[in-house]
Amino acid sequence: MLSIKNLHASIDGKEILRGIDLEVKAGEVHAIMGPNASGKTTLAQLLAGRALYAVTAGSVQYLGRDLLSMTPEQRACEGVFLAFQYPVEIPGISNALFLKTALNAIRKYHLLPELDAMDFLSLVRERMKRVGMDDAMLLRAVNEGFSGGEKKRNEILQLSVLQPKLAILDETDSGLDIDALKLIADGINDMRDHERAIILVTHYQRLLDYVVPDMVHVLSQGRIVKSGGADLAKNLEQHGYSWVNTDAIANQAIQNSQITQANQAP
Amino acid sequence: MTTTKQLDELINREYQHGFYTQLEADTIPLGLNESTVRLISAKKNEPAFMLEWRLKAYQHWLTLSEPTWPNLHYPPIDYQHAYYYSAPKSEKTGPRDLSEIDPELLRTYEKLGIPLREQQVLAGVAVDAVFDSVSVATTFKQKLSTLGIIFCPFSEAVQKHPELVQQYLGSVVPYTDNFFASLNAAVFSDGSFCYIPPGVRCPMELSTYFRINAKNTGQFERTLIIADKDSYVSYLEGCTAPMRDENQLHAAVVELIALEGARIKYATVQNWYPGDKDGKGGIYNFVTKRGDCRGDRSHISWTQVETGSAITWKYPSVILRGNGSVGEFYSVALTNHHQQADTGTKMIHIGQDTKSTVLSKGISAGYGQNTYRGLIKVLSGAENARNYTQCDSLLLGSKCGAHTFPYIEVKNPSAKVEHEASTSRIGEDQLFYCTQRGIPPEDAVSMIVSGFCKAVFQELPMEFAVEAQKLLGVSLEGGTG
Repeated sequence: MLSIKNLHASIDGKEILRGIDLEVKAGEVHAIMGPNASGKTTLAQLLAGRALYAVTAGSVQYLGRDLLSMTPEQRACEGVFLAFQYPVEIPGISNALFLKTALNAIRKYHLLPELDAMDFLSLVRERMKRVGMDDAMLLRAVNEGFSGGEKKRNEILQLSVLQPKLAILDETDSGLDIDALKLIADGINDMRDHERAIILVTHYQRLLDYVVPDMVHVLSQGRIVKSGGADLAKNLEQHGYSWVNTDAIANQAIQNSQITQANQAP
Repeated sequence: MTTTKQLDELINREYQHGFYTQLEADTIPLGLNESTVRLISAKKNEPAFMLEWRLKAYQHWLTLSEPTWPNLHYPPIDYQHAYYYSAPKSEKTGPRDLSEIDPELLRTYEKLGIPLREQQVLAGVAVDAVFDSVSVATTFKQKLSTLGIIFCPFSEAVQKHPELVQQYLGSVVPYTDNFFASLNAAVFSDGSFCYIPPGVRCPMELSTYFRINAKNTGQFERTLIIADKDSYVSYLEGCTAPMRDENQLHAAVVELIALEGARIKYATVQNWYPGDKDGKGGIYNFVTKRGDCRGDRSHISWTQVETGSAITWKYPSVILRGNGSVGEFYSVALTNHHQQADTGTKMIHIGQDTKSTVLSKGISAGYGQNTYRGLIKVLSGAENARNYTQCDSLLLGSKCGAHTFPYIEVKNPSAKVEHEASTSRIGEDQLFYCTQRGIPPEDAVSMIVSGFCKAVFQELPMEFAVEAQKLLGVSLEGGTG
């Protein structure tokens, strides 16, 4: 579904991503972990189409198309969804109106009839129940005055209503207490199916106790330095990111010495 | 950035009401002098008191000079290079109903989307249409007259109800008030007149549409609304103008009088031609609007959505004379391209327990400059006066500006005056959040802006709110460039 090759990107001339390679297939859940400032959010936002970043090398194929040439709204309509780390407030616009506008924009793109208010409401109410949100949240302005947990839950609601093909969740678990975390995790698990890929960007392992990923990648200084199964996350939790870094550096050193040896060989 | 580029393309969108109707017009010679004033008065067959008033206004106007204090910049206006009267020829015979009106004119109204035909019954709107300088048709007059409501062109009121005109004309905005109000008093050609008798609740929204058509024609209309004791009226004013390279002058006066227990709601959606994207052409809009809460417990509210005009100079105000009277001002002013607006309100608290609310939302895009100027004045006799002012500015792009000049004068220690102001920018993050959910950028911008204006739109009658929202969308396109 998603194929990232040698992706380099910078902001204001400063290189943040330094050669990312990643393959994600439909039905898979990938976790991207890494310390602060490793490039996780840059990668997530770049995939969603944020214009702040300049791609300096590499390519991204999404469902066989060049993702990087698409506008953010095209990507969204083609099924790319980003759950924001910091969801944005839009004063004066109700959650219901926002979500209905988004859903109908996507439906229009696919030449589907727009949902009327009644159909939309019954759909959204059903989804709200699943993520444990109160009806009153529909009438409140988008994210305005929401608590941290409410904002994150609102992202999951949008995810659940818009039903994307590729969902990228940027630190959706951060700042949540354990009950809220479980609700979010249930929401994500609910979305797992063989046609949808999910990328979880996270700092901590604890979300992965509830949403067990197929693959875990560790991002450090703009590169994926280690990939593995769900166990990798547990190791990280025990040993910290420095373990990966030293491990990776060690690996790199071994490789280098092997290359040197090979070069030196008669 | 792709979003910026897309929005830039939209900025070139043309003014949708820019067409010109070929009609035979009855125009008087170019320029302004005493004989112009006499000629206008004669054309309207006015009684002596009107001519006398106009001449006094003209003489006073000669002693005044244009105000220079507004935060507006435009080349000097040549008042001798304008026609002060232009009427469609058919005016002489006077159309009695819609079938007598020039079909070309009716088609113009259709293009404007004015509900002038029978469907008005469904819409419940009575329209008094001012085309250039003469009221062409007034609908629903009969239905209203059974309630004793007078709703007619100003010139007709002068003929049929001279005593009311004489009693109230200039009693809120005297001919000495300011440069533009004096000019208007001297040369105004027509406008709307409305009288609601005691205890009557006007059953429909009354509406006037203004449209400037002929070239070099100043439009000087004058509106006078009197709500007698315990009556109620809601009045809508919509404006459009054809597209021209030269600037056209519009200097209107609106006077509202609310007697004891009466309530007047006055809403304007102003869509005069704003000039092209380089700032060429457009309407110069210098308008004096004032309401007088003359009786106790009277209530006047102004709601305006200003999206057009090259220059807007306008301060709909309320004199809170009656005890317990209430004044409100809700405004959305949008400037895009090279538009400039200096607008706001004056709330003058004279009576006891008077209350005023001011809610102003300014939106600037392109090179637009938006100034809020507001005066809250509490006189010494105004015990327990209350004012709440909220003044928010939204900037789209980096070349536009928002300015706020609040003036507060309080002479009574029991007064409570609150002022809140904010300035924000449509963030790249807000736009990205919307587009990431599949919403096209131009829709996202108008959604964010309408959210910003929501509190004002809520004050507009339903059908106007929809129109206002659409207008904002159109006027704003490309604004973030």
